[in-house]
Amino acid sequence: MSDSAEAGSDGTALVARALVAGHGEFAVGIVSAVEQITGRGAVLVPLTNRGLGADEIVRTLRDAITSVGAHVIFTDLPAGSWTIAARRVQRDRPDVVVVTGANLPALLDFVFQTHCTSDEAARHAADKGRGAIVVLGNSGGSGGGAD
Amino acid sequence: MEGVAAVPIELFRIDDRLIHGQVVVGWGQPLDIGFIVLVDDDVATSDWEQELYRLGVPPGMAVHFDTVAQAVERFASYRDDRRAGILLTKDIETMQRLSVQLAELRCINLGGLHYSAGRVQKLRYVFLTGDEERVLRDLAGRGVAVTAQDVPAARPVPLDALLAGRGG
Repeated sequence: MSDSAEAGSDGTALVARALVAGHGEFAVGIVSAVEQITGRGAVLVPLTNRGLGADEIVRTLRDAITSVGAHVIFTDLPAGSWTIAARRVQRDRPDVVVVTGANLPALLDFVFQTHCTSDEAARHAADKGRGAIVVLGNSGGSGGGAD
Repeated sequence: MEGVAAVPIELFRIDDRLIHGQVVVGWGQPLDIGFIVLVDDDVATSDWEQELYRLGVPPGMAVHFDTVAQAVERFASYRDDRRAGILLTKDIETMQRLSVQLAELRCINLGGLHYSAGRVQKLRYVFLTGDEERVLRDLAGRGVAVTAQDVPAARPVPLDALLAGRGG
């Protein structure tokens, strides 16, 4: 069963399904890239921690989860303050799913996972993002990861 | 270890986010940090909080969770560690308590004290109450060098300039 209400290709409005939380302009930038490539940037809501202390980051995240109605959070850095905040939120919101180390291939995959739950889409996206990191060169690996 | 010189704690940092990207990556990589000492009386007595912060520490970097008293007691072993270390507190008061008991604590880095009620902005990442300003002046009066600097590439802002609003 899908918990998604998004669409897009048939002209109906896309519905935000996940938060993307990062340092500086990471989230705005990567969501703009998703929009440019797919036209589905509205599935993701970007958040920045610029100028926020630890308590404010947690509060911002809780507010965004409530206002957006999404419980999947992509963060940029496992050691980052967004990830720490998301783990705090998970303590009383066990339904929240956190994908850390998010990259563009992961987010591109997520916005196209329209026929599964957000949880399943998050796990699929994590696999996609993990597999998309390759070293290319004369002595490196080859191929893969294109979206 | 024989033949290997001890490396001092490279950074005594006050940052209300404690372990996060700027610390682990921003400072951790250029200083080749091998361990973090997180000094906080609450975190030191909470397994859940420790697990939370431990998740943010990359493999190969150790983290110790101490109360102020434990940090003072164990400081010699941290000082004698052959790896470089960072000591973190989330507030000025905790660092001040350490400073009166650790003669080696001669420099303090203000890395992030964000807005809360009663605090006034001094820098993009430093907000202080009047009481916090007084504690910092006391520390400086005792010969402790206090500067604000969020990341290594930034220019350190001396305390006088910070408090005078000339931090840029």
